Amino acid sequence: MVTHIEPKRVYLAVFAALMVLTVLTVWVSYFDMGDLSIVVALAIAVTKATLVVLFFMHARHSPRLTKFVIAAGFCWLVILIGLTLSDYFTRTWLPLPQGW
Amino acid sequence: MSTVLTAPPVETKTNYLNESYGIKSWLLTKDHKRIALLYLAAITFFFAVGGFFAVLIRLELITPAGDLMQPETYNKAFTMHGVMMIFFFLIPAVPAVLGNFLVPMMIGARDLAFPRINLLSWYIYMVGGVFTLYAMVAGGVDTGWTFYTPYSSTYSNTQVMATAIGIFILGFSSILTGLNFIVTIHKMRAPGLTWFRLPLFIWAHYATSVIQILGTPVVAIAIVLVGLERAFRIGIFDPKLGGDPILFQHLFWFYSHPAVYIMILPSMGVISELVTCFSRKKIFGYGFVAMSSVAIAVLGFLVWGHHMFVSGQSVYAGMVFSILSYLVAIPSAIKVFNWTATLYRGSISYQTPLLYALGFIGLFTIGGLTGLFLANLAVDVHLHDTYFVVGHFHYIMVGGAIMGYLGGLHFWWPKITGRLYPEGWARLSALVLFVGFNLTFFPQFILGYLGMPRRYHAYPEEFQVLNVMSSAGASILAVGYIIPMIYLIWSMRYGKPAPANPWGATGLEWQIPSPPPSYNFEKTPVVTEEPYVYSHEEAQVV
Ligand SMILES: [Cu+2]
Repeated sequence: MVTHIEPKRVYLAVFAALMVLTVLTVWVSYFDMGDLSIVVALAIAVTKATLVVLFFMHARHSPRLTKFVIAAGFCWLVILIGLTLSDYFTRTWLPLPQGW
Repeated sequence: MSTVLTAPPVETKTNYLNESYGIKSWLLTKDHKRIALLYLAAITFFFAVGGFFAVLIRLELITPAGDLMQPETYNKAFTMHGVMMIFFFLIPAVPAVLGNFLVPMMIGARDLAFPRINLLSWYIYMVGGVFTLYAMVAGGVDTGWTFYTPYSSTYSNTQVMATAIGIFILGFSSILTGLNFIVTIHKMRAPGLTWFRLPLFIWAHYATSVIQILGTPVVAIAIVLVGLERAFRIGIFDPKLGGDPILFQHLFWFYSHPAVYIMILPSMGVISELVTCFSRKKIFGYGFVAMSSVAIAVLGFLVWGHHMFVSGQSVYAGMVFSILSYLVAIPSAIKVFNWTATLYRGSISYQTPLLYALGFIGLFTIGGLTGLFLANLAVDVHLHDTYFVVGHFHYIMVGGAIMGYLGGLHFWWPKITGRLYPEGWARLSALVLFVGFNLTFFPQFILGYLGMPRRYHAYPEEFQVLNVMSSAGASILAVGYIIPMIYLIWSMRYGKPAPANPWGATGLEWQIPSPPPSYNFEKTPVVTEEPYVYSHEEAQVV
């Protein structure tokens, strides 16, 4: 078993970072950045998820095989979102007939 | 191998079946072999339930008028047929029964990596089954097994929730089985058993497990979202609430197309074993067959949009999905060609398992090629949602997956039960199945091409002849399923005791007694050569 556990202060620091990022999410939601707002919100969310996976789930000190599995899961998420968006982004390329 | 393996007298030695008795020793077992038998009983039950609904469907379709069932009842019948057969039979069939039994044995391990999780997966399966059976008894569900929104999330007033919960729960059993296999294959191979010495059955199960782990969570989430929209009116799929119904189809088919490979890949693994054993030849192109399983698993995730060509999906996305769908034909064809090349000039013996394997190769080829018709953007506009599609996927799932399952069940039956089945009856029923299957489903290609849509309980007069043929075939098919059920159960008690290696097959599972002792191997075997070395097979026949 891999039990390389981080010192306690690292966990506290990560926890603090997660809290700060949560506040940041709320704070930026007050600014209207148009299409960018969703990008910013998702960027913060991804950062938080990465912190959780790396530290709280011990991925940082896991064997290569475990890291590979995590990376594969991420790749599949990219496939799911990427190919789905290939539909949404190109749906309007062909103009729809405007009815009678 | 110079030592001649003598078969121990089956009755006197303790094995996994007679080591302990009583219902508790089965329900609390952690032995992968006993769990495989628990699964065997469970999936056979659900197969019978699904078959019952198939009977109803084929009875209704004998006449053009909708005279046997109300349209609503018919909708429920085909939905329950699909749900039972796909989620409760086809997906667990080969992995949870044959895979559970054989994966540890084939790699020289004493059990799976997580025996308790293995038992848990069976209980989760049963809980999911109970929910779905409850839904069936409490009025049924009429959305089709595909649960398309917004009908499922807003309009249907049948037991959508109970069925959805059942399938959501069931998904976890599939994930746990996949997880168990992956860890076991990575960590518990016998010394000397390198990746490219693994039996192709193992490669197929490894690829299947990857799909189970990466795909199942997505369909689970999609089902949860349907539930949330039904319960709390959250706008995800219903356009009235600001959602997009096609999003559901994306999420659903992201899993459900690869799910077809969860059904067919393990059967392909079985076929590889059967073809080599009964042509007494090394498999042709081992590396290609192994890698094509992995390729199918990966490519299978890139093609789901071919179910949505006429749904309102962007035509540009449709083009991409169409091309990617053609690509899956390559690894599938590699397998078929390699099996054929293996048979070529082999010393073939037409035992029952090989009959099933040959049936698989022919029927899967027809099913795969008709899939290419449907992957074609323009042709699909004509064929979409017709009986052509129904014919196509039954050729893959029944002609392919079930043929592989039955072939494997016969092949390893002596190992599982320690008894031989009656060969004459078995060959006869394999033949009956093949005839019945083709008579049932080939007319459906023609019906679909002529324009008969699926999921209708009534149809125009001119389609009757083909529909009667199909229903007649279905009754022959039913006989073909009932005969093996009878003689296999009969053989458990009255069959001739099986030697350790009745087929003279290679592979670690044949080097231990039939039925195997509780922990499979008394001493961890050491593997010194590639699989399927049939050149000195005579020494191994016991
Ligand atoms: Cu598909």
